[in-house]
Amino acid sequence: MGEFKDIAHLIRLAGVFLLGLIFFLVFRSVTIPKSFGRYGPFRGAALVELSSRPLSFAGHAACENCHPDVAALKANGVHKSLNCESCHGPLAKHADDPGNVKPVLPDVAQLCIRCHSENIAKPAGFPQVNAKEHSGGQACNTCHQPHSPGFDAGGKK
Amino acid sequence: MEGFMYPNEVELQWGILIVLYPFLTGLVAGAFILASLERVFRVEEVKPTYRLSLLTALAFLIVAPLPLQLHLGHPERSLEMYLTPHRSSAMAMFGFVYLWYLMAVLVVEIWLDYRRDIVRLAESSRGVKGLLYRALTLGSYNISPAALRIDDRVGWIITLIGIPSAFLLHGYVGFIFGSVKANPWWSTPLMPVVFLFSAMVSGIALVLLMYMVTSAMRRVAVDMRCLDTIAKYLFYTFVIDFALEMLDLIHRIYESDESFRSLDFMVHTRLFYSQILIQIFLGTLAPLALLSLTQMITFPAAARRRIYAIASVLTLVGIFAMRWNVVIGGQLFSKSFLGYTTYKVGFVTREGLLPAVALMILPFAILYVLIKILPPWQEESPFVAEAHGDD
Ligand code: HEC
Ligand code: HEC
Ligand code: HEC
Ligand code: HEC
Repeated sequence: MGEFKDIAHLIRLAGVFLLGLIFFLVFRSVTIPKSFGRYGPFRGAALVELSSRPLSFAGHAACENCHPDVAALKANGVHKSLNCESCHGPLAKHADDPGNVKPVLPDVAQLCIRCHSENIAKPAGFPQVNAKEHSGGQACNTCHQPHSPGFDAGGKK
Repeated sequence: MEGFMYPNEVELQWGILIVLYPFLTGLVAGAFILASLERVFRVEEVKPTYRLSLLTALAFLIVAPLPLQLHLGHPERSLEMYLTPHRSSAMAMFGFVYLWYLMAVLVVEIWLDYRRDIVRLAESSRGVKGLLYRALTLGSYNISPAALRIDDRVGWIITLIGIPSAFLLHGYVGFIFGSVKANPWWSTPLMPVVFLFSAMVSGIALVLLMYMVTSAMRRVAVDMRCLDTIAKYLFYTFVIDFALEMLDLIHRIYESDESFRSLDFMVHTRLFYSQILIQIFLGTLAPLALLSLTQMITFPAAARRRIYAIASVLTLVGIFAMRWNVVIGGQLFSKSFLGYTTYKVGFVTREGLLPAVALMILPFAILYVLIKILPPWQEESPFVAEAHGDD
């Protein structure tokens, strides 16, 4: 023990650090959720919890099954790339039980300008209008059919 | 606001607290590097400031993460950074750099250097103070010459490790800004280097100032040899720092990429006062001119002290302005290069001026306590040559 006399304080210091490290490791193992890191830097069990939550969107295909007329109209128009529920909102409940859950129709005054109001941040090629000047205060769907608003492909109302 | 801003750019996300953060860590790194000079390269002249620099570094390092905590909110969550480290996030890994530097370098180095004093104080003090010192000895009262020699050796090695750690600490802060590739004002590989040198400049200026102020408060003479040497270091590092910043500027002007017109306009309008006037003229050229004067002409000691004091204060103002211009400047222009916004500092808000001022005062309060517990003044230095003047 004699030769360690002069470094005894350093050994004690190392001991303090070791204690700190042990405390850290214990604290870590107690506080971290078991499934953490299974798939990535998050709680693996969260995936199961999330997937067990009720769905809110039914998806395009479901709507088209029961509303083939609208689907056909839309498929030939300029809005063909849009999903039904991007305008109508989540409608899984309606798709499951159309008899009892009747969707509220979108408010056109709010809906169209959400995507089409003029803004220089938008790509120059994207169709955009100054809503007030362009519509003269009328609702967009007095002239445009929402499911096929262009005027070339027979979309005129 | 002027021209076009994306909706998420109108209001600045990073305010004055984030300006404060690199400023504080810079002071830490700078003060430590100055202390290391004495230790590793055995520069005897700066010895009187050795312990003061270490304590200054510690005081500022303790406060450094607080602006971030205040900015983010939920300080208890910062622990998660250590518990579940995210290896691909630069900011998360920085927590480890910080911890390493605080615990493995600074605290150990201070402890080793003060051990003899701690043991003596433990033997002579009573009450709470005595208890504190006895705890600090870790129960070992061995201050035999052999033990102290070992301490000195170990301390030297730790300082050696400490220098790259201090570089890392502040290089990292620069890295965090420099690696934001979406922001042309920040994204340059020179950023860590510029931050590092400006950190050294500000840290040296702070220690210079602290040394003069504490000496005046204790009514003892400043060691002019020490002061002159530190001022010389300040001058040289400042020249390098300035050269790097100019290099960055010239590179930007020559490259003139698509962001240049927008940034150039910003520097001439929104940032004119803080960048051109305060940072470059008042905070860089003026102290450089003052310091170079002292290198060329031998002024009397009292005049030198005044010049050094003024130059240090201007330097600190200049480096703060530099942090301001980097952090705030990087958010004033739109990434569309079509518009500019303005930054309004709140006052008594969570991220306002008042907390910022409080966070700026806090390290000095901590330093005061540290100095009370661990007095950094060594036996009067043998070099005290000139009588102390009125200041
Ligand atoms: C299982 C078949 C079915 C599915 C799937 C379905 N619907 Fe329906 N939907 C109906 C029926 C039936 C009605 C008529 C209900 C009524 O008039 O009471 C209706 C009515 C509507 C209405 C209201 C029409 C009006 O005049 O008020 C909208 C809008 C609508 N559906 C949109 C959708 C969308 C969008 C989807 C896809 C998420 C969808 N539906 C999926 C059967 C379905
Ligand atoms: C561009 C947005 C948009 C998209 C995409 C869209 N709709 Fe509509 N839809 C509307 C609007 C707006 C109305 C209400 C029109 C009104 O108030 O006259 C509407 C009305 C309806 C109606 C009521 C009857 C009618 O034809 O007016 C049904 C059914 C309907 N949508 C089904 C669908 C289905 C199914 C899809 C997907 C294939 C779809 N919608 C896609 C905007 C849209
Ligand atoms: C979710 C976003 C969205 C909404 C809501 C939306 N649109 Fe569109 N609209 C589009 C997209 C995408 C296109 C296709 C753009 C393209 O082809 O580049 C388009 C195309 C159009 C065009 C064709 C423009 C042309 O160049 O001929 C018209 C007209 C139009 N929309 C009108 C409307 C009207 C009226 C409404 C409201 C009922 C509406 N849009 C709602 C996204 C939207
Ligand atoms: C009075 C009838 C009318 C009303 C109301 C109207 N539009 Fe139009 N819109 C047109 C006509 C006609 C065109 C095609 C000619 C043109 O490009 O101006 C058009 C074209 C467009 C285009 C394509 C512009 C382009 O640059 O390609 C968009 C987008 C559009 N309308 C959106 C809307 C929206 C959104 C509203 C509601 C705020 C609306 N429209 C209301 C008649 C109308």
